[in-house]
Amino acid sequence: MAEFRLPKNSRIKKGKTVKAPDGATNVRQFHVYRWNADDSENPRMDTYEVDMDSCGPMVLDALIKIKNEMDASLTFRRSCREGVCGSCAMNIDGLNTLACTKACEDIKGDISITPLPSMEVVKDLVPDMTHFYAQYASIEPWMKTGTPTPVGRERLQSQEDREKLDGLYECILCACCSTSCPSYWWNQDRYLGPAILLQSYRWLVDSRDEATGERLDNLEDPFRLYRCHTIMNCSSACPKGLNPAKAIAETKKMMIERQG
Amino acid sequence: MQVYRWQLHMVLSILHRMTGLALGAGTLLLAWWVLAIAAGPDAYRLFQDFITGILGRLILFGFTFALILHALNGIRHLFWDVGKGFELDTVRQSGLIVVILSVALTVITWAAGYWIAGRF
Repeated sequence: MAEFRLPKNSRIKKGKTVKAPDGATNVRQFHVYRWNADDSENPRMDTYEVDMDSCGPMVLDALIKIKNEMDASLTFRRSCREGVCGSCAMNIDGLNTLACTKACEDIKGDISITPLPSMEVVKDLVPDMTHFYAQYASIEPWMKTGTPTPVGRERLQSQEDREKLDGLYECILCACCSTSCPSYWWNQDRYLGPAILLQSYRWLVDSRDEATGERLDNLEDPFRLYRCHTIMNCSSACPKGLNPAKAIAETKKMMIERQG
Repeated sequence: MQVYRWQLHMVLSILHRMTGLALGAGTLLLAWWVLAIAAGPDAYRLFQDFITGILGRLILFGFTFALILHALNGIRHLFWDVGKGFELDTVRQSGLIVVILSVALTVITWAAGYWIAGRF
């Protein structure tokens, strides 16, 4: 039987409020999901009133300011702060995106921030990516060849074949798309999800890869590929503007075409 | 996951499934109709009374809407299945067209139905 409510100890309670310093005129409220495995408390939403006059423009700037000046216990991942590493993927204002490329001023009203949906939480905004990475490993994301390596040069590719990888190689595996997908929410134990399937397609269309058939065999399963119902949340969430739904559709087409 | 904001493409996706289920259930009415015809005038009168009543008409109206929405959105899915129409703008526009056309065609169908019924 499906569970429609969170278990009792996972329901979100109202948390504390940290006020902005006196004299701040341009204040915005950030509601941030907090949970700590080390105490037995329920998760809660803490509210931080941030003085935007002394804060950078992006949501990540605000989070860093909160951690530095208001509450050092707030935990989140971040690294490059420019949309390259994918560390700061989280749910901001109801949609998955990177905190470092989402501008506060693009959000109306209070800003609520929660971890990526449907992932187990390690602490606060940090999701457990173990299963996601294991799924990535399962598609064997490296070039597989049977023919001998050419002598004295790389395996070459025409410009047209190289262009087929555009819109695929840019994926940074931030998991915004996979964790926006209702199919992945219900069936992530068996469905690979949009991010991994886009990565999988990146190897399927690579003209230099010689394991296309084997890769397709591996996806021939009621769940791994075919749980995609073209809901389109993935493509609408991708902070890099990629289109996992299209990559999945192309993979399904390859499945049919190889049957002749 | 309750935090996820509803967007048009997401609503249409779940509506597609729900209308599919509703159409399956609604087809039982069709079976009842055919059986009632076969079973004779009394059985048919029972069906007739039900389907022309307020509840019957409401169900039929919902069925009409479900049928049209499912058919139109189904066409959208067929385009996706051949790899077309995945650009986010296209997805939004095709979604809007499906919603507007479904409402319009449902109303037109019923208006036409009542108009014809009024004439005969």
